[in-house]
Amino acid sequence: MSFADGDQTLEDRIGRIWDLARGFGLDPFPVHFEVVPATIMYEFGAYGLPGRFSHWTHGKAYHSMKTSYDYGLSKIYELVINTNPSYAFLLDTNTLLDDSFVAAHVLGHVDFFKHNAYFARTNRDMLETVQVDADRIRSYEFEYGAREVEEFLDAVLSIDEHVDPFRPVREDASDPGRRSGDRHGEQHGHQRGAGDRRGADRRGPSGRRDDKKRRAQTAWDDLFEAEEPAEGEEARKPGRRGVELPEKDLLWFLHQYAENLEDWQRDVIAIVRQEMLYFIPQMQTKIMNEGWASFWHNRIMRELDLSDKEFTDFAALHASVLAPNRKRVNPYHLGFKMWEDIEKRFGRDRLFEARELECDQSFLRNYLAEDLVQDLDLYVYALEGDEWKVTEKAWEKVRDTLVDSLTNFGQPYITVEDGNYGRKRELYLKHHFDGQALDVPYAERALAAVEKLWGFPAHLETELHGRKVVLTCEGGQVLKTMY
Amino acid sequence: MFASHTDWSLHRKGPVDQARHNQKIREAIKENLGEIISEENIITSEGDRVVKVPIRSLEQYKFRFDPYEQKRVGEGKGDTKVGDVIGKLPPEQQGQGDKKAGDRPGVDYFEVEMTIDELAELIFEDLGLPNLRPKASQEVESEDIRFTDVRRKGAMGNLDKRRTVLENILRNARAGEAVFRGLKQDDLRFKAWERAVKRESSAVVIAMRDVSGSMGEFKKYITRSLFFWMVRFLRTRYRQVEIVFVVHHTEARITDEDTFFRLGESGGTKVSSAYQLALDTIKEKYDPALWNIYPFHFSDGDNWGESDNRKCLALLEQILAVSNLFGYGEIREDGYTSTLMSAFSGLNDPRFIVAVIREKKDVYPALQRWFNPGAGGEKP
Repeated sequence: MSFADGDQTLEDRIGRIWDLARGFGLDPFPVHFEVVPATIMYEFGAYGLPGRFSHWTHGKAYHSMKTSYDYGLSKIYELVINTNPSYAFLLDTNTLLDDSFVAAHVLGHVDFFKHNAYFARTNRDMLETVQVDADRIRSYEFEYGAREVEEFLDAVLSIDEHVDPFRPVREDASDPGRRSGDRHGEQHGHQRGAGDRRGADRRGPSGRRDDKKRRAQTAWDDLFEAEEPAEGEEARKPGRRGVELPEKDLLWFLHQYAENLEDWQRDVIAIVRQEMLYFIPQMQTKIMNEGWASFWHNRIMRELDLSDKEFTDFAALHASVLAPNRKRVNPYHLGFKMWEDIEKRFGRDRLFEARELECDQSFLRNYLAEDLVQDLDLYVYALEGDEWKVTEKAWEKVRDTLVDSLTNFGQPYITVEDGNYGRKRELYLKHHFDGQALDVPYAERALAAVEKLWGFPAHLETELHGRKVVLTCEGGQVLKTMY
Repeated sequence: MFASHTDWSLHRKGPVDQARHNQKIREAIKENLGEIISEENIITSEGDRVVKVPIRSLEQYKFRFDPYEQKRVGEGKGDTKVGDVIGKLPPEQQGQGDKKAGDRPGVDYFEVEMTIDELAELIFEDLGLPNLRPKASQEVESEDIRFTDVRRKGAMGNLDKRRTVLENILRNARAGEAVFRGLKQDDLRFKAWERAVKRESSAVVIAMRDVSGSMGEFKKYITRSLFFWMVRFLRTRYRQVEIVFVVHHTEARITDEDTFFRLGESGGTKVSSAYQLALDTIKEKYDPALWNIYPFHFSDGDNWGESDNRKCLALLEQILAVSNLFGYGEIREDGYTSTLMSAFSGLNDPRFIVAVIREKKDVYPALQRWFNPGAGGEKP
């Protein structure tokens, strides 16, 4: 089919783009494209996933996204969901050219989702999962009160990044007999058709209880299998044998060992943790993934028989998405340039190898070269007085700063050091200081959330001005002790 | 692979959660009303003007890096050199960069934009009018005629053609075919009207202010702030609100609004002069049978002497007999009880309500005392 002949339906064009992508060696999951109005697009953008549970922070994000769209300040062109089949959303105001651009870009993402190692354990039925979770949270609201649930969620969400994406891997390594990977392999194999994984096999007719059982067979086996022997209260005592500390997965630790939580509260922690584990690979590969999608949309669009007008529009769109930013690295631009550079230096095979093995941090460490740092005019900057000033131009310093900033996907690295601190059941957390100080007023409030979840006072060790500092939160009040 | 177009019009999750966020903003504002409502920029504003209201505690607090301490990477245009300035802190954050980590106050509030009217609605939610008494001629029949009903009989001039045609079609439809034909008397429908009776209610505020030397800038400001909300509140409850401005030192006189707030004169204080003038004005112009009367007096409570205090008390009892509510606002920066207040302390009338204001944040509680619907009152 040829576009020059005026064969211009969206389906046709997507079909052509799919064929081109396959021809280039991309191997995405099947993709379902859905045309949606702006309000829906912004809602999905704000929630991260359609159908996710209700919370005012989602409403706040929705409002700010929609407002900036209404004022013409920003526009989300594409939104794609890492599931199998994948879902991609197109704005109903897009032109055919916009949609072609988005479709080409999306296929890059979906290929990445399918093949990058960091995504290997992600739940590819996540759309169904979040909907079931949202229903359960709504039922808790009915049962225990909307405010009660909201306040609990407030606390959990304020520490939601503190999970460990490697926990399931650790468990497999220590107990090869229960390799959850086997089940994942079966669950996520591509040989099954798209139709039979659309929820029918997850939502049993008996509802909640049945669902809970089924859920244990899918994504977060690490949570639920470990919970089973914990029927007796004895198992919740963090002092019991077998608890390995330090523990990086704070949500997991609270879920397992916080003594005073009710079942629904434990479930809410599990839900939030599960969602975070789903999102973390995207946070770990933002530069690679956006770069990969941009690299391929560029190749694919050049192969389409675009009219002159369309080609100009495409070039403008490409330039706007890849526009450099003085204050932060634009992942689309840096990623795109790096993939081009890798192809030039190592050949095309290396592209596919790197997209399979790396995450942003290793990708930059292994592949960001001196020439590229200089071509892109990358620099380090910091606050001096009231001004942000460029402090480094040396390429290795720039690369190392970038690499360091990606440690723990940009979040402070915090571990549980003791669950029975001072033999008073108090929780002792440690921030592993790497040169960047914590925002203390924020940390104080986040620590109050930890105390609320743990049920006993909580401590956080960190470093300020070269000195060890411990924040202690008791009854919501925070004390700072300098050592 | 395919593309589809679903009907999303019933999908409301985002707006619902946004509404919850807005509700949280309202709650946060209500918690801080005491501080917000006496903000200078607010009480000098018009109703539709947008004001910025600072609110706390709607941030999601996380363990995060100090934003002022971080080293970041940016992308230049090709000629960036070490030392280049690529941005400045916004004015409200300036000075923070020099402080050390852990020493900075958290940026723990953000500003919400809302109109004065929206803010007023929040403030007035819990206020009500106490001691309401029905006024004999509050109900005035208005000239309006409103068509509110349909009847089978009436003057042809009031024929409701649309409904008549509809009736005819309906009748034909029952007989088998829904067409318009063969009009019968039974089909006719007439518009019927009602003479709309509107409740016309009026209130008068008699605002009295002590302008003697002892009433300084702070006291003027507080008076203004209280008055702003008071009048605004009464306007939401009455169709017509008239205001009489009375200033006094040793003598009282009626002024315009501008003078009322601006005036500061030296000399002593004789509160009774103002009360006398208020009473005279009521007798002359505002028949208690027709008007809801709200005298308010703002003073620091320093009065000439015991004899005048006694005179005040006697006048006050007369005023109370014809008023819905007498609000006495004593604005003092020290903690002593004034002589005037001591004189009033023997008065036991639920319509006499004292509010003592020592600082800005006492303005809201004063309003709540005066317009407390629980105090034997009801919402009109």
